[in-house]
Amino acid sequence: MSASAAQPPTIVRPRRESISSWPLADRLAYGLCWAVGIGLCVVALGIVAFMFVKGISALRPSLFVESPAAGVLQEKHSGGFKDPLIGTFIITAVGIAIATPLGVGIATWLVEYARPRWLARTVESAIETIAGIPSIVLALFGLYLFARPMFSFLSASASDGTVTGLSFINAGIIMAVLALPLVVGTTREALLQLPARMREASFALGKTRATTIRRVLLPSSRTGIASGAVLGMGRIVGDTAIIVFMLGIGSSKIEGLGGTPVLGTLRGTGTTLSAYIYYYAPTGDGNSPNKAYAAGFVLLMIVLALNALVTRLTLRSEGERAAVRGIGRRMWAWERWPWSR
Amino acid sequence: MSAEAYPPTIPPAAPPNPLEAHRQRHAAQLAGHLKEAARDRRVELALGTLAAGTLALIAAMLVTVLVNGWPSFAANGLGWFGNGGDPVTQFRAMQTGTALPGHPLLYFSAWPLIWGTLLSTIGAVAIALVVSTLAAIFITEFAPVPVRRVLEPVVRLLAGVPSVIYGLVGLLLIAPWVEGLISTQRKEAVQYVVQLSGEGLLTATLVLTVMILPIMIALTSGALAAVPSAWREGSVALGVNRWRTIWRVSVRAARPAIVSATVLGTARALGEAIMLAMLGGGRPWAPNPLDGLTFFFEPIQPLAASIVKEFGDNPNTPIGHTVYAFGALLLFSAALLSLAGWAVRQPLKRYGIGI
Repeated sequence: MSASAAQPPTIVRPRRESISSWPLADRLAYGLCWAVGIGLCVVALGIVAFMFVKGISALRPSLFVESPAAGVLQEKHSGGFKDPLIGTFIITAVGIAIATPLGVGIATWLVEYARPRWLARTVESAIETIAGIPSIVLALFGLYLFARPMFSFLSASASDGTVTGLSFINAGIIMAVLALPLVVGTTREALLQLPARMREASFALGKTRATTIRRVLLPSSRTGIASGAVLGMGRIVGDTAIIVFMLGIGSSKIEGLGGTPVLGTLRGTGTTLSAYIYYYAPTGDGNSPNKAYAAGFVLLMIVLALNALVTRLTLRSEGERAAVRGIGRRMWAWERWPWSR
Repeated sequence: MSAEAYPPTIPPAAPPNPLEAHRQRHAAQLAGHLKEAARDRRVELALGTLAAGTLALIAAMLVTVLVNGWPSFAANGLGWFGNGGDPVTQFRAMQTGTALPGHPLLYFSAWPLIWGTLLSTIGAVAIALVVSTLAAIFITEFAPVPVRRVLEPVVRLLAGVPSVIYGLVGLLLIAPWVEGLISTQRKEAVQYVVQLSGEGLLTATLVLTVMILPIMIALTSGALAAVPSAWREGSVALGVNRWRTIWRVSVRAARPAIVSATVLGTARALGEAIMLAMLGGGRPWAPNPLDGLTFFFEPIQPLAASIVKEFGDNPNTPIGHTVYAFGALLLFSAALLSLAGWAVRQPLKRYGIGI
């Protein structure tokens, strides 16, 4: 009796809450969450694995060096996607070369000047609106715009003098509109993340806003701008509607206009991988699925590479920000996903 | 004539006037400042013009699609939105240039296309709303760190896959599976009205769901992650379990983000053209919910997909006007939805969530 009284009282430690104490409905919801999370991984894995298996089995080295050729029935050896591949690179370069300076300029104005206030708010919602405009509508707009006689220097004209409006430069300009919101969004975010003391230090040295922007702010948000540009490139690479309407269907070759090497190509027509896939897909006019798989595999590889680049750049800019602000690196910055804007 | 002294005497320099020197220095400095300030103003003006250019761009786009689409609206009146005959014959009439008897050449009734757009969009958004909310909760609250580390790139990947690849995968994975669900009996029962194949409402909606998921997940999980942890801790301290805390506190606080994600997902689903042109079934058709299960297998051809499928390259033809009218409808809906999404997200800025 006395022995038991001498025993220390057992301490009941609060244990970690376990799922088993939850009501059934809550446990079901928890299970659903897991199912959805795993389901997403399965879907992504499925897409990539499918394109890998189908693509690699359909891929031949000759596809990379041959131009698209007509001949639906001779699928085995009738042309490859050399021209679409080059076209993808050209259109991406043109589009992003136009979108990046414009986007950086707009974002800078929005963050650093933004006067008058109402205009800034309107422009902000305008960027949002542009981000929501379907690319097919952009294509309709571009097709009409660049077929005006005043833009005849940008594309070929038919024999009766009507401007076709189909060229790399025209499609690139419309692609730039497509990529613009992404560049503006990331640049804006990067500029907003810079601490106020960087601006103040520059102002204290007697520098104007313009100088501060050029010498201090833009160099410090380089990685943010770069990731915006890469996101924009991803968008451009994958877009099909604008290419089909403004550059050429998937079976066309790169045809320059006039003799000048670079300008001629830019003013000429061609096609890209995405349009090539659309054309040769089982529902398309070309209907040679194997070519579509092979090209789809290559396109997916390009997209994956761009994706990896964005991840690297985002992590790096997170690290830079952390270094500037003197706080630990934030690994899971969900709210800062650049493309969610 | 006076003789000049040689060598000439150099007049002594004026004694340095500190005040004058200061004035000169000051004037030079001021001139420099003024020049810099003027440059600053020029830069501001240039960048401001650039930014205002986006407004001009939107205005130009609206005018373009409206002006080119107007003949189609004008020729049909409100009947444009109604249900009157088969769009296939109407498109063919416009292509051949022979008007249907008793109708103008531009006669068109877009209801089957609008109905297809509505069905695929609403279906995809309804599924994606549930899935994206659960996925966002999983990512922000339940997923162990390794799983989370996999999920982030996975969602990014799903956002980055081009729509033409979604179309390809849908054609080769989903469509055969859906086709397997359709019994021969069901096919034969309707074969004189419409051909059923693997491509149709169900396939298109499923793939469309996957396509709009990433942006919805990103917006929702961003808002969930930004809910002040004190709010959740308060709830947990009262003995509420984790799921109910998330459901009653976090999700409720993130409601504006969920609404805005839904709105943006809707805009994206409306505008998807290429994938729906590949997976819709290739025929403008209005699936009838009264057909029972057959409803899910009937073909659709939404507005955006119709632009891709029917348009040649000349806006100034009957079919061009019709297609630009589709574009006008899409542009208006997309612009309204984007603005709505933007407006809904404004209250979130109070919590410092600048999405």
